[in-house]
Amino acid sequence: MITIFEKSKGGVSAIEILKLDVPDTGRIPKELERDFLELPEVSEIEVIRHYIQLSRRNFGVDLGFYPLGSCTMKYSPKINEEIANFEGFSGLHPYVPLSFSQGSLKLMYGLSSFLKEISGMDAVSLQPAAGAHGELTGIMIMKVYFEKKQEKRTKIMIPDSAHGTNPATVTMCGFTCMQVKSSSKGSLDIDDLKAKIDSDTVGLMLTNPNTLGIFDENILEIIKIVHDNGSLVYCDGANLNANMGIVRVGDLGFDMIHFNLHKTFSTPHGCGGPGSGPLGVKEYLAEFLPNPTIIEEKNGGRESYKLDYSKNSIGKVKAFYGNFTVLVKAYAYIMGLGAEGIKNAAENAVLNANYMMSKLKKHYNLPYDRICQHEFVIDDSRMENNVTTNDIAKRLLDYGFHAPTVYFPLIVKGAMMIEPTETESKETLDRFCDVMIKIKEESKTDQDKVKNAPWKMPVKRVDAVKAARELDVVFNK
Amino acid sequence: MTNYIPNSDKDKKLMMDAIGIKNTDELFTDIPKEKILTNPLNLPRGVSEIELRQNMKDICKKNIIPKLSFLGAGCYNHFIPSTVNSVISRSEFLTAYTPYQPEISQGSLQIMYEFQSMIASLSGMDAANASMYDGASALAEAASVTCLSKGKNTILISKSVHPEYRDVVRTYMKARDVNVIEIEIKDGVTDKDDLKNRVNEDVAAVIVQSPNFFGIIEDQEKISDIAHKNNALMVSCVTESISLGILKSPGSLGADIFIGEGQSFGLTPSFGGPHLGLFAVKKELVRKMPGRIVGKTSDADGKDAYVLTLQAREQHIRREKACSNICTNQGLCAIAASVYLSTVGKKLKDLAYQNMQKAHYAFDTLLQVDGCEKVFENPFFNEFVLKVKNSREIKSKLEEKNIIIGLLLEDFYPELKDCILFCVTELTRKEDIDDLAKELSVAIGDSL
Amino acid sequence: MENPKELKYTKEHEWVKVEEDNVVIGVTDFAQHLLTDIVFVELPEMGKEIEQGKPFMVIESVKSVSDVYASVSGKISKVNEDLQDNSGLVNDDPFGRGWLVKVKIKDAKEIDKLMSAEEYEKFCKEEENK
Repeated sequence: MITIFEKSKGGVSAIEILKLDVPDTGRIPKELERDFLELPEVSEIEVIRHYIQLSRRNFGVDLGFYPLGSCTMKYSPKINEEIANFEGFSGLHPYVPLSFSQGSLKLMYGLSSFLKEISGMDAVSLQPAAGAHGELTGIMIMKVYFEKKQEKRTKIMIPDSAHGTNPATVTMCGFTCMQVKSSSKGSLDIDDLKAKIDSDTVGLMLTNPNTLGIFDENILEIIKIVHDNGSLVYCDGANLNANMGIVRVGDLGFDMIHFNLHKTFSTPHGCGGPGSGPLGVKEYLAEFLPNPTIIEEKNGGRESYKLDYSKNSIGKVKAFYGNFTVLVKAYAYIMGLGAEGIKNAAENAVLNANYMMSKLKKHYNLPYDRICQHEFVIDDSRMENNVTTNDIAKRLLDYGFHAPTVYFPLIVKGAMMIEPTETESKETLDRFCDVMIKIKEESKTDQDKVKNAPWKMPVKRVDAVKAARELDVVFNK
Repeated sequence: MTNYIPNSDKDKKLMMDAIGIKNTDELFTDIPKEKILTNPLNLPRGVSEIELRQNMKDICKKNIIPKLSFLGAGCYNHFIPSTVNSVISRSEFLTAYTPYQPEISQGSLQIMYEFQSMIASLSGMDAANASMYDGASALAEAASVTCLSKGKNTILISKSVHPEYRDVVRTYMKARDVNVIEIEIKDGVTDKDDLKNRVNEDVAAVIVQSPNFFGIIEDQEKISDIAHKNNALMVSCVTESISLGILKSPGSLGADIFIGEGQSFGLTPSFGGPHLGLFAVKKELVRKMPGRIVGKTSDADGKDAYVLTLQAREQHIRREKACSNICTNQGLCAIAASVYLSTVGKKLKDLAYQNMQKAHYAFDTLLQVDGCEKVFENPFFNEFVLKVKNSREIKSKLEEKNIIIGLLLEDFYPELKDCILFCVTELTRKEDIDDLAKELSVAIGDSL
Repeated sequence: MENPKELKYTKEHEWVKVEEDNVVIGVTDFAQHLLTDIVFVELPEMGKEIEQGKPFMVIESVKSVSDVYASVSGKISKVNEDLQDNSGLVNDDPFGRGWLVKVKIKDAKEIDKLMSAEEYEKFCKEEENK
């Protein structure tokens, strides 16, 4: 589709600027003014048609099944969008006096309390804007924790099944990574952990359930080994949807966890954001959380809320207080579901995943055949005619489904990571499984149909090699 | 209780039969038994949508939107054309993930490509990414980029950069063991002499903001000269992106990296977020840029198509060698900004001009009020500083009348006692400014 | 593609060609297949000291980043500038126009440690069967 720049023509505009109602006394020196401004000139109807036509070349959960593993593409309730758009929430400036923002602060305090309860942590910061941002905040806290104890430690242990953000975070904090192997059962290899942990170990970053969808059955032993070494354990909470209301990471012994409000707590992903990645920590780490946190004060039965600044804080990780309207949606989600609904969501997410796994493992290779949590990983090793995971992913698009996460985790060759979430019906799961089986059949009888898919998308298979070799990232006339 | 589970008990029974289990407890046998919760979580009882809306309205009512506010300081109250919300409420955008499968995501990919083009053009840079969390964290990531690409370990940052941005830069740099040195302010702008004294061959970058925290336009050309002479990069940051509509672009003034807060482009203040981090660079730094980048290419039939590119820079491939861990960004906010910029188009210049004119009218009008004094002489955009005696008392007095006069600078700069930062945008009417002058005059009179 | 007999090979799938006191280094055909379509070659700076067995530059494909390990120790004396605009040369002509760097070698004895074409082919077969 042609770009908005190519639709631009002189002399039209989609808006009328108000007439200036003050005397025209411009005082910006001419030499500071720019001489050209290259932005589109299009009418309002052209603007709307351009973007609405583009929207029809996109796909979201509201259109169909989106089993992208580790991304928890659940339904985002519409009521929460409506609430986040209340003017009292969306229209408030972050620097208004506290007496003007008691509603926002109450909500943030309330959400922090909910997250503490769900995770078994003692304190929460809502400031991080995404999961990776929460991770960064967590590992920064580990750094100052050991600095305060005047211990020099430099290494962080990460399983080979970890998400790429974990090692990248470690480097951003000036630490080095120590990779720990996975066992043949898909959980952490305890012997490898024991062999590698030493007095230089800052901590372990663990995704639990992990990226294979497996809850580590040795979790208590693992945490004990790390704690006995004086090190800390970070829980990458990307997969919290599997276990909320069933077990709490704090009770298992984890020292900190980040939450992905845009996964577990249903806030929509918006083509990649905005998300929100609050960080929960145990009591002994609370003083290091980013400034400010929200506190509640009670005066004769009336609550009021204030900002609290800790002098041992790592500092701020983002301007102001966090992605506030995302927090509103997550708060509303938890309020709607309540304790029972939260647990129910987890149970159904895991039930859906196991159901799909039980159906698909008859046709696709399942490298770790055991009960899974919210997601599971199959691969392309049983495919014929060299049909690959990528081909299957593309063919799924033709059948009206988004593809699973592919080629991740790295420890499974040709991985397809499938996460159905609790908001999908049995009928949808059945249809998806039927299509997966059909694609396998097609790859035997009509392999070109699979290898050259997709056929029904606005574009055929996209050439990513050309994009990288002949870099074109801005429009040029 | 609200319930988004589409399966009936009968469905669940069928599914459990297929798996070969009797109840869902059997799905959680890997969890240590003694740790499984036996009591429900201590959370409120779930409520219906009707109750939820009512309860949330009650909370929202505890917020007060002021009748009149002159707050800016990194978050601005601007006009948002109706096209913006109409587009970003489309489910195809709202409920999509990062465009990992390009064939089914051409819509968002093309918008990102157009967004990158607009930001690069506005900032005078060669390339931009598809967004960062916000201006402050983007600035911190830019500081990292300069250290990694120069192989140096010191950053100079002007004290006229937004205090919260400096705070975030310090937090990130401390983690990387990078020194951050602040450059003093003189007459409301970066003190060039202090900069010259502190800059040397060990400095990776000089960071300035323009218009700066006081609304004043910095001499970016001179500052980038000083930086470049010392083999350092120049990072230029803007919190009020509307200013780009009228002011010379940072790229044309010598900046190597442009960082912006794009909230002014169609996003509500939202109590501080979600906003929109802008990141753009000169050609030499394209491969060092963090975050998602969309490239134009073709499909198997040779038709134009878009795809995430240069992914080998990113954490999921480069892992511990990646320069950043960012993956989720502010996608929908970038879409909002694209729609905003397409709607406003070249009239961004007129809009910026109005902001500047109205701010100058406000400046002149308030200076007529007895007890209001000029603080800085340098040219400003849509924010300015005035000194008002007993500022704290006067500020709270006007708050009782539901007017927020601006930001007390002494909370961030103890040396700027009684100085107030005012912001005026195109939404501020002449009578609002006149009212402010009147109310201020009364309040100052009462306080004497 | 045949592995030229006159070249020497490493276990990291690089080839080395001796030219008086310089050696030319590239990656093998086997390696370029594994790497898939190469989209960017990050060439080292001229004059950079490299050490046998240590990574000294990277090659990117769309989905991967791979270190290139120094086959010998020495100083970079020339880089293949053509790769800047056409990284695909490494795929199309790995033993020819897709060469990576020239190195002024420190210790010629290091070359003796490398594999012959036959030894390398045997090594690749073993790798494939792993």
